[in-house]
Amino acid sequence: MADIELQQVEKRFGEQYAVRPLDLFIKNGEFVALLGPSGCGKTTTLRMIAGLETVSGGKIILNGQDVTWLKPSQRDVAMVFQFFALYPHLTAWENIAFPLQAEGESKENIKRRVKEVAELLRIEPLLKSRPGALSSGDQQRIALARALVRRPSCFLMDEPLGALDADFRETMRSEIKRLHILQNATTVYVTHDQIEAMAMADRIVVMSQGVVQQVGTPAEVYHAPSNLFVAQFIGSPGMNLVRGNWADGVVTLPGDNRYTPPAGWPEALNRGLSGSGVIVGFRPEAVNIHPNGQLAAGVYSVDLHGSYTMLVLEMGDDHSIHARVSRDAHFTVGETVRFDLTPSMVRFFDPKSEKAIPIINHES
Amino acid sequence: MQLTRTQTARAHSRRSLTDVQIQVLFIAPTIILLVLWNIFPLFYSLYLSFTEFSVIKPDVPPAWIGLQNYNKLLNDPRIWQYFTLTGRYVVITVALQAIVGFGLALFLRERFKGSGLITTLILIPIMMSPVVIGLFWKLIYNPAFGIFNYLIGYSVPNSGPDWLGEASRALWAIIIVDVWMWSPFVMLLCLSGLKAIPDYLYEAAAIDRASPWFQFWRITLPQVAPLLLIAILFRTIEAFKTFDLVMGLTGGGPGDATELIAVYLYRAAFTRFTTGESSALAYIILVIVIAVSNLYVRSLNRIRGENH
Repeated sequence: MADIELQQVEKRFGEQYAVRPLDLFIKNGEFVALLGPSGCGKTTTLRMIAGLETVSGGKIILNGQDVTWLKPSQRDVAMVFQFFALYPHLTAWENIAFPLQAEGESKENIKRRVKEVAELLRIEPLLKSRPGALSSGDQQRIALARALVRRPSCFLMDEPLGALDADFRETMRSEIKRLHILQNATTVYVTHDQIEAMAMADRIVVMSQGVVQQVGTPAEVYHAPSNLFVAQFIGSPGMNLVRGNWADGVVTLPGDNRYTPPAGWPEALNRGLSGSGVIVGFRPEAVNIHPNGQLAAGVYSVDLHGSYTMLVLEMGDDHSIHARVSRDAHFTVGETVRFDLTPSMVRFFDPKSEKAIPIINHES
Repeated sequence: MQLTRTQTARAHSRRSLTDVQIQVLFIAPTIILLVLWNIFPLFYSLYLSFTEFSVIKPDVPPAWIGLQNYNKLLNDPRIWQYFTLTGRYVVITVALQAIVGFGLALFLRERFKGSGLITTLILIPIMMSPVVIGLFWKLIYNPAFGIFNYLIGYSVPNSGPDWLGEASRALWAIIIVDVWMWSPFVMLLCLSGLKAIPDYLYEAAAIDRASPWFQFWRITLPQVAPLLLIAILFRTIEAFKTFDLVMGLTGGGPGDATELIAVYLYRAAFTRFTTGESSALAYIILVIVIAVSNLYVRSLNRIRGENH
């Protein structure tokens, strides 16, 4: 079991940065998700930890040992690849046994440990098949077993569910989560799917264009995004972001709406904003519709999602926001509704720096 | 209107040929050539192998003598000696070609500056005529002025061995030329096999802590095996038929030290003109080649089955 520490780790291709200098400490047993859109540098970061990619600068420390320039085989890591990377000419059993055979383990040991890990993943009936004959879900189970069998100090997973069908994905998600709890091994998990990251990770590292945007627990990145990118990227749909003007203790929003920030925020806004422009951010579930609400908007569409209804509202022209309401409520397109925002769920951003305005005496 | 009518007419005449007819039309020339040059000679020579006949005596018709030709050949100790010699030659030359060819492929697998040029240069021997190769290797092997002995350390003329003139070395001399000429062919097939191995297998193996040696035996070799086996199959059949190199280099000599079975067959058919007997010998060779290649095809199918 191990800690992973990245110190100013970066990756350049010529002048182009794939990963800008990055600091990260992952403590023993933690499940950390690297989350971001494709091309954000998350996979490169993972491959640098694995040793499959050399770093252009910085240090990687694994369990107190500087492994920056060690080969993958010299680091105690196991990796699960997006497209499984199973050996096609070997049976499932031989695939799982491969890391043990490579280390020269005794035959009885290999047999015993493959059996153990196959039981853990419930894949005993598949052991004689070759990867080509297995479904993608089963192939990924074999790949997981191959990673687990050596009992490495940390697991690196590169979008392990990316190549699976949607219905398989959820099953495997809970399986990986269960394995992590059973093994309690440090896990770094790369994904572009924020739902996956939210559901599985202890902490999420949100990346974009080679830069870490925010590191935090799922609740932190969801409720207190550090900038506009994170606010939009996390959640589906993302946070509602409405542009307004801050003056005389009131935020003027499109559609002649005037919004009074909750207690504590006026001072924070006065101190934190670079100009009078401000962006108000709130999650769809922060919208409370009632007849005396301070804000008003027109109903643009009403989408029933089964357990809830998602309203698309229009504040003024072209400023649509999402509101999550009870599935029993009824609205007609075109009508005007009035609503308030749950005070603890409102966030403010500076339009110039795109960063969140910090508030001190206010808990999220 | 005029135009439309012509078009319709054309379409009609085209339609008057059915798909099957068109297929037959395309295949017919090949079939006719195949029958004339392959099928007919195949069966005619099978018939001749049971007769006493010589092509230089066309006025004497083939006389049916049953299995006598086969009987005579299979009881001739010299034939067995030449078959053994050919077998030894085939095993040694194909094994060396497989090793050298695979080694070259491993070396040229990584792209480096000039690797394309080197690949092309290595392939040159395949493109040359075996007779030409025989002629200039004769010069290379020449004990008085050939460069071969000089390169292996005999700097004084005539001090080194006479590769083509000594019975113990002549077969090896032919093997060296054959390996030089055909290893590139094995290399070419292996190279395409190596380049088809996806990188991620090696990444997975690196993560699985496999040593380069372990990676070679457990990933590289099994992945290339099907193509390597095809190369070996081709080379085995070809080596069994080796004729032109021997004729160019030693003519079967000294004595009968390099009298491979194909050379002997040539003599029987076109020097002694014992057409009936040589047809029988050709059939014996054919059966052996088919048997050997069947073994290969079987193991090839087994490997393929494993890969899927």
